[in-house]
Amino acid sequence: MEGLIGKKVGMTQVWDATGRQIAVTVLEVGPCPVIQVKTAAKDGYVAVQVGFGSQKPHRLTKSAVTRYTQAGVAPCRMLHEFKPDAGEAFAVGQAIDVGMFDGVKFVDVQGVTKGRGFAGVVRRYRMAGGPKTHGGHSKNRVGSIGARDLPGWVEKGKRMPGHMGSVSRTTQNLTVVQVRKEDNLLLVAGAIPGPVGGVVFVKKALKKG
Amino acid sequence: MIAKAIDKINKESMKQEPLSFKIGDSVRVHVKIKEGDKERVQVFAGTVIASDGGKAATATFTVRRISFGVGVEKVFPVNSPFIEKVEVERSAKIRRAKLYYLRELTGKKARLRQA
Repeated sequence: MEGLIGKKVGMTQVWDATGRQIAVTVLEVGPCPVIQVKTAAKDGYVAVQVGFGSQKPHRLTKSAVTRYTQAGVAPCRMLHEFKPDAGEAFAVGQAIDVGMFDGVKFVDVQGVTKGRGFAGVVRRYRMAGGPKTHGGHSKNRVGSIGARDLPGWVEKGKRMPGHMGSVSRTTQNLTVVQVRKEDNLLLVAGAIPGPVGGVVFVKKALKKG
Repeated sequence: MIAKAIDKINKESMKQEPLSFKIGDSVRVHVKIKEGDKERVQVFAGTVIASDGGKAATATFTVRRISFGVGVEKVFPVNSPFIEKVEVERSAKIRRAKLYYLRELTGKKARLRQA
């Protein structure tokens, strides 16, 4: 299996085998029930659709609830498709737990970053802003956005104030520190995108084995 | 709020018997040091001038000593497996939680009143 759906629980620290301190993010990963198995013959591509979390049935459409009942699974909050590894077979209704990350050294974690609302350029693009002292009147302002006569307009893609955050981002190659099957927890070294409680997709590292 | 799951992890990484010392104590911190395959214990003796983090798993304490005329401070994680033990040699009567004012003082003025 390529990965699973999880939730960010928070951050803490653990001691590694040599006694060094590691800052870790605690992720609640799975168990994810299989809702649908997509095959090349029927769907044109191979994938396993899994769910995560619980959802009240009255918040779903009738057709969605039927999908879950047919799969024999309680309604889920989140659905996502992952590619199965070669030779792996999954059955509908089967739950995949965090044990699949046993022996995996690195993972990529995809989440939605914290929303920052409408942010200025100093915060959004780390521009320097104007002078903070000597009577500066433009401490947080954009400054010049282009020359006057040449080209005579503001260049396309000019970085300006606007909405910041709430975008999907992936942190790659995070070291797996612990896999705790009894609590469905995965501990990865370092920070991941998104707030505590945010839903994340945890995948085996794409670029690092 | 700390989630229950994190609480459980923190409990595992905490020492069975918490170190016992107070701010202002003159302590000898026994630190395990690994050099290649060999492991030995080094003692850092000084005054506890601060402790941060309360009873949390991430708590630390700061020990200050004058080494060859130079003030040296080390911050130790309370629950670090490298810390074997902390011996308390002397306790002092102090009136604040952080003794950062000792940094400005030298010689006789840097002494603390005995408890």
